[in-house]
Order: sequence, then C-alpha cells, then structure tokens
Amino acid sequence: MQPPANLTPSTGGVVVRFAGDSGDGIQLSGMRLTMAAALGGKGVSTLPDFPAEIRAPAGTTYGVSAFQLRVGEGEVLTPGDTPDVLVAFNPASLKTNIGDLGRDGLLVVDSGTFTARSLKKAGYNENPLETGPLNGVRTLTPDISRHTLDAVKEFDLGQKGSLRCRNMWAVGLTLWLLDRDTIEAEDWIRSRFGDSPVGNANLAALKAGHAYGETTELPSLELLQTRTGTHVWPPGDYRTVTGAEALAFGLAAAADRTTVDVVFCAYPITPASTLLHHLSAMRRRNIVTFQAEDEIGAACAAIGASYGGAIGVTSSSGPGISLKAEALGLAVAVELPLVVVNSQRAGPSTGMPTKTEQADLLQALYGRHGEAPLVVLAPKSPSDCYATAIEAADIAIRYMTPVIILSDAFIASTSEPWRLPEPDAPGTNPAQFLTDPENFEPFARDPDTLARAWVKPGTPGLAHRIGGLEKSAGSGGISYDPDNHQLMNDTRIAKVARVGRTLPPAVAEGPDDASLCVVTWGSTFGAAREALARCRAEGTNAAHIHLRHLHPLPANLGELLAAYRGILVPEVNSGQLVRVLRDRFVVDAESLPKVTGKPFRVDELVGAITAKAEALA
Amino acid sequence: MNAPLRVPRDFDSGQEVRWCPGCGDYAILRAVQKTLAGLDADPSNTVFVSGIGCAARLPYYLATYGFHTIHGRAPAIATGLKLANPDLDVWLVTGDGDGLSIGAGHLLHLLRRNVNCQVLLFNNEAYGLTKGQYSPTSRIGTVTPSSPAGSVGHPVSACRFALGSGARFVARGIDTRIAELQTTLSAAHAFTGTAFVEILQNCIVYNDGVFSDFTGRSVAAERQIHVTHGEPLRFGPDLNRGLILDRDAFALRAVPVGPDGVPEEEVLVHDQSNRGLATLLATMEGPDLPLAIGVLFAETGSVFEAEVRGQVEERGDLPLPDLLRRTSTWKVSP
Repeated sequence: MQPPANLTPSTGGVVVRFAGDSGDGIQLSGMRLTMAAALGGKGVSTLPDFPAEIRAPAGTTYGVSAFQLRVGEGEVLTPGDTPDVLVAFNPASLKTNIGDLGRDGLLVVDSGTFTARSLKKAGYNENPLETGPLNGVRTLTPDISRHTLDAVKEFDLGQKGSLRCRNMWAVGLTLWLLDRDTIEAEDWIRSRFGDSPVGNANLAALKAGHAYGETTELPSLELLQTRTGTHVWPPGDYRTVTGAEALAFGLAAAADRTTVDVVFCAYPITPASTLLHHLSAMRRRNIVTFQAEDEIGAACAAIGASYGGAIGVTSSSGPGISLKAEALGLAVAVELPLVVVNSQRAGPSTGMPTKTEQADLLQALYGRHGEAPLVVLAPKSPSDCYATAIEAADIAIRYMTPVIILSDAFIASTSEPWRLPEPDAPGTNPAQFLTDPENFEPFARDPDTLARAWVKPGTPGLAHRIGGLEKSAGSGGISYDPDNHQLMNDTRIAKVARVGRTLPPAVAEGPDDASLCVVTWGSTFGAAREALARCRAEGTNAAHIHLRHLHPLPANLGELLAAYRGILVPEVNSGQLVRVLRDRFVVDAESLPKVTGKPFRVDELVGAITAKAEALA
Repeated sequence: MNAPLRVPRDFDSGQEVRWCPGCGDYAILRAVQKTLAGLDADPSNTVFVSGIGCAARLPYYLATYGFHTIHGRAPAIATGLKLANPDLDVWLVTGDGDGLSIGAGHLLHLLRRNVNCQVLLFNNEAYGLTKGQYSPTSRIGTVTPSSPAGSVGHPVSACRFALGSGARFVARGIDTRIAELQTTLSAAHAFTGTAFVEILQNCIVYNDGVFSDFTGRSVAAERQIHVTHGEPLRFGPDLNRGLILDRDAFALRAVPVGPDGVPEEEVLVHDQSNRGLATLLATMEGPDLPLAIGVLFAETGSVFEAEVRGQVEERGDLPLPDLLRRTSTWKVSP
C-alpha cells in the first residue's frame, strides 16, 4: 500500500524557518512554501512550532510562532536540525531563533520592526542589527514592512491591513531563494480571497518579495539552488498530508472497507483536536463525530457505539488518555472493538501541550487496573497514519479488542508529500455480525482468533447481558468462580497475543555484519533512518529495526535482536521501549532518552550511534 | 389478527435476582416488566444500560439486551449507542450515587442534549452496594459508617437537578406504587427525548423507612399529591386540600379547599408544559407541602441523535479518492 521506505533518504536539502508573532501568518506562510516545493517535485518535511497561547501579546518572546520546512531531493524524512535560512519577522522571533541558525546560514530580518519599543519588548537593550554581525552569519535586513506598504499602497487597506501582507512578501522572497516560482501561492491566494482588495494586495506583496530577491545580490543563492536539485518520484498522484489528516482518511477508509460506520467521540484537547476537526468536516455519511462532555464521556460513548455495531473511536492526548483508563478496562472486559488515538504531548500533567513526546508508551501497555491487555500500534510518519488507522480498526473488529494508536504532536502536525493510495473498494473486508440464534453464547470464541462474536442489539433472538463483572466463559453469566477467572484472564491475554501471529515479521535494515542495532518506534523513525544513512556514508555500520507493533511485538523480534552485540533505543522519553525489550528478551539494550519537547535531531542520533558503534568495535 | 401481547414473564431473564429480601428494587423490576409487557416491547430492540450500584444490576434480570457498564458513565455509553443506532429503544438505569454523584456530569449532558431514551434513577438516599454510606441525596444529619456524627452538606434534589439541566420530561414515582409507576414509565416511554423518572426506593438494609414520612400508609394521602396534566392540583383523603400560588412568597402553598378554605377554582391546574410550575412542584419537600408524584414536566424538543444524524446526511458523501483530492495535488508520470 505504501511505497517502501527509501533506504537512502535525503541527507541534504535546504532548511527554512519562518518565525514571527503568532498573528503574523507564520503557519500559513509555511504551508505555502511547503506546497510550492511539493508541487515542484521536491521532497519536503515540515515542523510547525507554535505557542500554546492563541494570541500571546504581540512582540513577546513567548508569543513567537515558527514553521520550519526542509526541501530536498527525494524522500525527506525530517524537517532538518538547523535552519539554513531564518526569516525573522520581529526582534522577539530573532531573539528566540538566532541560536539555532547554522554558521553558514542566511538570516533575513524585517528591519522595519526593530523599533525601540519592540526591541525592549523582546528584551534587547540595543539593536542587534547595529551592534555587529549576528551570530556571525550573513544577514539580509530588508525593511519588509516598508516594502510591503509600498507594494500594496493602491489597495487602501490601511496601515494594519497592509502590514498583514508582510508574510506573503517574505514567502515571495523565500520562493525565489528556493528557485521556485510563485504560481502555486498565487493560485492559493486567488482561491482564498478571490478578486478582492485583500487578495490583490497579497498577490502584489508576494510578487514584490519575489522581485526583491531577483534584484538583490544574495550570497547563498547558488548554493541553495544546487542543493535542492531534482529527483525522480514513483509515479502516482501526490498531495501533502499531516498525520491528523492521514488518520482521518484512514478511518474513512476503515469505514468503507468494513461497511461499518465510524462513531468518533472526543473532547477538545491540544494537539489531538485537529483530528476531531478533520472528521467533523469530512463529507461522509459513514462517519459520525461527537464532541463529548469530557474525556471519560468520549471513551464511554465510543464503547456505546461499538456495542451498537459501529467502530467506536476516541481520541485525545496524555491527560485525556489518563481519564479514559477505566473505560478502556471495560472495553477489555466486555471485549468490544475500540480504537483509541493518543496524540502524545509533553507531560506530566498539563506539561507542554503543543510540544511532542513519546512518553505514554508504558501507559498504553500497562496503564490500567487489573490485567487488561490490549493492542498498541504506532505510526512512523504522517502518511503512515493512514495505514495505521485501517490496521487498528481491522484488528479491533477481528479480535474484539481495544487498539491504541500512539501518534504524537509531531506526527499530527508535520506534513510530507504522500503518494495517494488506491483505496480498496467499499466492503472489501466487511465486519461480521452474528445473527444466528442457534446455540448462541455471548462469550463463545472463534477457535482461531479467540474473539467472541459481535452481536448488534436489535438482532432478533440474541438478546443477552454483558458487563464489567467477570463473566462465565461461554455463557457470559456473572461468575466469581476462581478457576473461571483464571481461564478468562488467560484467554484475554492469549487473544491479544494471537494478534501477533498475523503481523509481518520485524525487519532489520542495514548491513548484515553490523554489530549495533538501533531500535525505534513512532515518530523517531525519520530521524533515525536519516541518521543511519549518514552514518553509513561516514563509514559507521549499524542496522535499524523500526517497530510499528508495540503490543504484541513481532514474533521474530527476540531472535533478530539476539544477533547484535549492541542495541541502542532512541526515544523521546526517559527510556520506555528499552525497558520492554530488556524485560521481554533479557538483552543489554541501551537507552538514548530525550525529553525537550522536540523530536530527535539527526546530528544527535549520528553522534550517539557513532559513539556506540566505536565502543563496540 | 393481532399477535398475542407479551406478558411480564416474557421479560424475565431467568437470572437469579440477588437484591436483599424486601428491597424496593423488586417492586421496580416488577413495574418495569409490567410496563414492557403493556407496551408489547420487542425484547430484541430494547436495551437496558446501567452504571454501578444496586440499581445497576437491573439489566441482568430483564430478557432484553443489557449492558452493565462502569460507575456513573451509563449516560455517555447510552449516547454513543443511540448515535450508532438511533432506532434502539434504550432505557438507562442509575441511582442517586451513580447518577447524581460520580456520574452527575454525564447525566446533565444527556438531559440537556435530549437523547431519546428513558432514565430511571432509583433514589434511596444511600450507597447500598458499598454498605450504607450517605449519598448526595441524603438529608443533613444522616448517620452512616462514613458520617457517624451525621452527614453535612445539603442534598441535591434529583428532579430539580434534572429540570435545571434542561430535561424535557421529569417525573417522580414510588417503588411500591407499581400500577402508578407503570403509568409513569409508559408516559416516559411515549415521550420523544430524554424522559427522566426519579423513583423513591426503600433500602431495607441501610436506610429503611427513609421515605415513610411520605409513603407510610397512614400519611400517604396527606403527604403525596398525584399530578395529572390538566387536572387541579388537589390531594388529601377526600381531595380536600389543594395547591395555590402564594404570590408574595413566590411559592406553592397547600390550603384547604371548599366551604372552609379557598374556592375550587382558585386551585392551580397542572400544566406539564410549564417548567416554572414543574420546578415549584419538584421543590415541595414538606413538612407543610406534599411530595409531588407523577409527570411534573413534559415538553418535546429536538432530539440529539436525530440532529447529529441529520447533519451527517446533509454533509454529503464523497468517495475516498475524491476526499483525498480535495486539496492541491500533483501527478508524477511514469
């Protein structure tokens, strides 16, 4: 369904970061650059980074919003470690981002915003543009504000309205830097604003920015143009997609395949709400969305929907998932299908709601009272969310079990080009409901999957009672019998374990003679894959196992791991998968933890992998 | 020729009933079975959803579909169930702890959304299954294992909570008055929307006689008023008392009716579409006023799951390939 992962991902390309006030249209500008690059056949990966405050006071460092994208040849798996080009819209955004700009970088600042007042707000005592080279990098200081005002003067938008077009001027300039034309951005402006003064002003600003690049001598121009090059993509139709979008499409595909409605129940929470929004707007008769009164209500409504014969889906982020824990236990006990999406964010507690983390793995695996096994999957990239959603629904129905999808803030919001899948015809894998009253027992099991039958209330002759009390094997009647509880407990565990029998085996990619293996899960895939490509280019050999199935684990994983003398497990947490591997396989796996609210940088991984490989040599 | 109507026994699941002997729940179970038989309900299309507590065991004893869920969450589960299949006839069984303490948030939203189902709240002013602690409906001073010096904190009124939450059907019944309860439950079933019925239920073990001030044989006529839409609000052994509106106190007042009291025409007439009157009726808790029994309020309104499903229909239906292409796309040719 998905093109195989490119074993030689792009390690070059150009990284551009836009930074400004959260009201400056930074995210929107970033998406225009992304689309222009993608439509031009480039690989692209993005990293939106916005503050939790919706409209923080203008000009403050904590109100800075940023969008980073990396444009390059072929499959670009990460949004890049450090920007090559930083476009800073005001002093505050300069202050918070200049430290990330590489020595060879190019800084573009809107010098028109460097007023005494805004400098003070950003915490600058003197104007950094006047006190010598900034961080030693080449700096362009166009007065973007003035240029924009000049370009849009004829549209009479007033000072404030005119300055809103600043982002399009900067997009125009950046497109020129990337050797891209403005056609896509123009089309987008026309479709968004039509033939209106605002639309025409944005077009004028865009073109003025592009023209500014053409008429100004920019030192890095040639370098940028050669580094973005060309690449041959597999044939097909493409679009860009975020993880949240791909999950939504995947759930729609699951509804089609199974011919069962999706009832999606969620309570608003950052960064999970975008999935609720995409599904609520989706033109679909087989998707019902429900904004519940709270997280518990959302989980329970999803269970109610599954009981009624729909695919109940509930979605949240860390704090909300904690609240759903009791309900997940019920779903395990009554053995109903349920899909739970966790867009993980930095915790504990409220933590950093817009920042990413992979720290809910152990919660997903173990975070319920009693013995409550369920299935845990993790997508590796935005586009992979599509297949993950389909697989989750499929397992949930086939095995009558809850399935947790561990996405995260990074995957949910980052975007990449996606070769559109050929969707299956509706009903290719229809859900089976029991309708035959002959010898019916609610907890009789399929000998192969150990799943009980799915019975829709409303089916004649099959009225029965289920609940959270322990049930007698087969009949489902309330039972406190000791041997029965042991049997039911063992059966619930065995049922989830059986999911593992149909999973594809884990694959170690990389040289056969490697003594080091890097094991990753979830969104760490891209950075690890790129880091390993760079390591190999530098002469360091290491293999890579990426796990999509975290419970149950692929059956061959233990055997695979046994072949390596060293195992390194980078995770955006304090070491969770590493504990599972050590526990399950008694291997000397080493953790590479990180919890800064940001995904791994490729250079961090290259450094750690190289050091570990050298230590083993 | 009509098929023979069902009888109460048809709704008996055969599961051994395990409530304490003498529990009011037996009478309610009987009233429910009689109601279902009277409605000739289809057991295959009927679902009882419950939370946790003594009351929540009810679904096990009914030969319908049943889902015994988790503490307080039955309203949310019922909402999801109705979204998945609006055609099911859903009854929700809860208690004063389940519905008004741990699950009060869910109950509020079920009521305001007006999901089409019936809610039976068994109120015994105690936590029975956990051995007798005071509940959110317990009167101040209730002595229990967790309140040896008497409970503090003002109790919540189930019917006023429902009215305040925007419920569109609010009624009250008494466990042992099975025939009257059957009438009320039938009215609840006939109502389109969330029909909330508080049932005063005697817990013989932990709170025996807690309602005897109202339900005792010798005081019942004096202390209960059975309201009927369009009928004067009269009560007493010979209907010799009535309710009038005390305009100065902005409250109901019980007065003698007839030659020694107010003229008959001054007695208020029950109007179940009047939320203000319903609130005043629900507020009557004695000792000077009788307890109102019957349908206090009924006013239909839009039904949640129908509205949600209607919007989904209106949104239209695009095949997946078209959905995926509702943005800028590009083609890479071989």
